[in-house]
Amino acid sequence: MEFIVGKYNYWIYICLMMIGFYAMIGKRNLVKKLIGMNIFQTSIILYFISTGSKKGATIPIVEHGASAIQAGQYINPLPHVLMLTAIVVMVSTFGVALALLLMIYRRYHTLEEDEILRLRR
Amino acid sequence: MISHFYDVIVQTVCRLLIPFIQVYGLYVIAHGHGSPGGGFQGGVILGASFILLCLSHDIQEMKKRLSRRAVLLLCSLGVIIYSGIGFACLFFGGKYLDYGKLHQILPVDLVGARSMGIFGIEVGVGITVMAVMVSIFLDLSSEEKEKGRPE
Amino acid sequence: MKWTALIAVCLTGGLLIYGTADMPDWGDPASPASLHVSPRYIEKTVEETAVPNMVTSVLADYRGYDTLGETTVIFTAGIACILLIRRFGK
Repeated sequence: MEFIVGKYNYWIYICLMMIGFYAMIGKRNLVKKLIGMNIFQTSIILYFISTGSKKGATIPIVEHGASAIQAGQYINPLPHVLMLTAIVVMVSTFGVALALLLMIYRRYHTLEEDEILRLRR
Repeated sequence: MISHFYDVIVQTVCRLLIPFIQVYGLYVIAHGHGSPGGGFQGGVILGASFILLCLSHDIQEMKKRLSRRAVLLLCSLGVIIYSGIGFACLFFGGKYLDYGKLHQILPVDLVGARSMGIFGIEVGVGITVMAVMVSIFLDLSSEEKEKGRPE
Repeated sequence: MKWTALIAVCLTGGLLIYGTADMPDWGDPASPASLHVSPRYIEKTVEETAVPNMVTSVLADYRGYDTLGETTVIFTAGIACILLIRRFGK
């Protein structure tokens, strides 16, 4: 029971990651692959955020006039920083991927992977 | 590729709402020191306000406010602000991005100079993020429309 | 094809779930991630940078190089979008 209560957050992220991973390698449509990649990245971001949490701690902003700051009082700010940049980078890489899909569509007039492979042959 | 199906209610509400969204974005950038916020979040909010203008009105309406050339300039302006502050620290005898050395030109002490340097960085990041969001949206949405039109 | 993908995904997920047995519990204050560098950030950030928001101070001061790199990545992504889609000289 303690094992389930302590670890169930990781299992949620792993399920999310499995959904995204299946969409990336199992689907034939390139847009669906892209959506799968976004779900995958979201699960990684949630995993990182959850590694920073501490029981009984608050958000990493010091109150006005607080003295004698203990490390156990505030949650770990480092995963928040890394994921904050990762989210924005994720959005911009998504834009680049959409641009690439636009180029592919312009040349082959389809986004189905097997049709593109057939046309390339 | 946005269709010409505009509603007067949507347009009016968006026209009323967009200034408040932009003021909120500026607040999030400027108040990133004491509350949740900062350059990335505020930049995305500012970019979203311009994208809302695109969605509710026309893209031409958006380009009257912020032309493509201005977007491109703002993109690089943010990175230039960021690395310029880093080089200014280098100029005053510190390491790259060591804001403490900026207290020689700012009217604050060493700790305050670091705070001010962080604010400058946030502004640069916010400008870049806003411009890149708008640029990606403009490129992805208006490509078909301007096929025969020289830019 | 679909069955191969499904089997690969289930295998990966099973291995990862097996791996979580060694992970620290959720919200454990003594987890390795919150013991190494972050106490230094939490305790010194107000006296060194006068910024109450630790995320901002770590983002822009302690890890400024990292953020400069991320900003450059975003800038490069925007430029790449422009170069891919926009048609020049027509």
